[in-house]
Amino acid sequence: MNSERCAACKYLRRRCPSDCIFAPYFPSNNPQRFACVHKIYGASNVGKMLQQLPTHKRVQAANSLYYEAQCRIQDPVYGCVGIISLLLQQIHKAENQLAKTQAEIAVLSNSHTQDSQFQQNFLLQQGNVGQSSRPSTQPSSWFK
Amino acid sequence: MGGNSPCASCKLLRRRCAKDCVFAPYFPSDDPHKFAIVHKVFGASNVSKMLQELSVHQRADAVSSLVYEANARMRDPVYGCVGAISYLQNQVSQLQMQLAVAQAEILCIQMQNEPVMPTPQMDPEDDKSFLLQNNLPQYLNFASSSNVIHDSLKRESIFGDIIS
Repeated sequence: MNSERCAACKYLRRRCPSDCIFAPYFPSNNPQRFACVHKIYGASNVGKMLQQLPTHKRVQAANSLYYEAQCRIQDPVYGCVGIISLLLQQIHKAENQLAKTQAEIAVLSNSHTQDSQFQQNFLLQQGNVGQSSRPSTQPSSWFK
Repeated sequence: MGGNSPCASCKLLRRRCAKDCVFAPYFPSDDPHKFAIVHKVFGASNVSKMLQELSVHQRADAVSSLVYEANARMRDPVYGCVGAISYLQNQVSQLQMQLAVAQAEILCIQMQNEPVMPTPQMDPEDDKSFLLQNNLPQYLNFASSSNVIHDSLKRESIFGDIIS
């Protein structure tokens, strides 16, 4: 039986009940985690949010709340929305680069195809000089 | 403001809306939903503290981002904005891979072109112009416990007027 208070109850200076909503997600060895979340959301809101979720989803919810709280503390104006903005810009740039690169591939591929056809025609013409019926692809015809 | 019409915050909180109310410029009375969402997720007291810690010219953007985060949390009570971040990071990774493949393809094509040509058709300097550096800027890495791709979050609806 663990009688030690969780980080939340320590922070809130209250007894930590056996069914404390915070205890599984805010262990006493990481007080900063709850302090962060409390600063942005408040204990009451965090408690309500966790209680409204099924138990198996609460870990992820607590983690995401902690992440967003950290972002907001680091960037009080934009929070994690600043990160979203940055990612959107990067996606836009990457899409443009990809489109450019694919267009260049198309150009290179076309020019390679045209050059190959040119070569074939060129070789065909060379083979036909002095040889009306024999196919020019046979190298023996060149040494006559 | 000439009249004493309370802002959306003070209406919801059922209090008198002071002349210097910190919420009034950002939560007009004609949009009660905006403050309701922010209050539900963050709490009026926390929002007030956050705004007061910022200079006045930063507060509008802060409110916009708080509203966005609150909406995201309401839509996805488990992951909130982190779901969107995870989704977008996956997109960046995929695009990087596609770009790498495309650039490798260019190199292959160029290598195929060079030994075959009987007469030089392409200027080598033009070749080099096609060699793209990988200019993809670094994206933020973060250790997220979630890896959910949010199909419901469409890019065009994510960011309205926050990005300046």
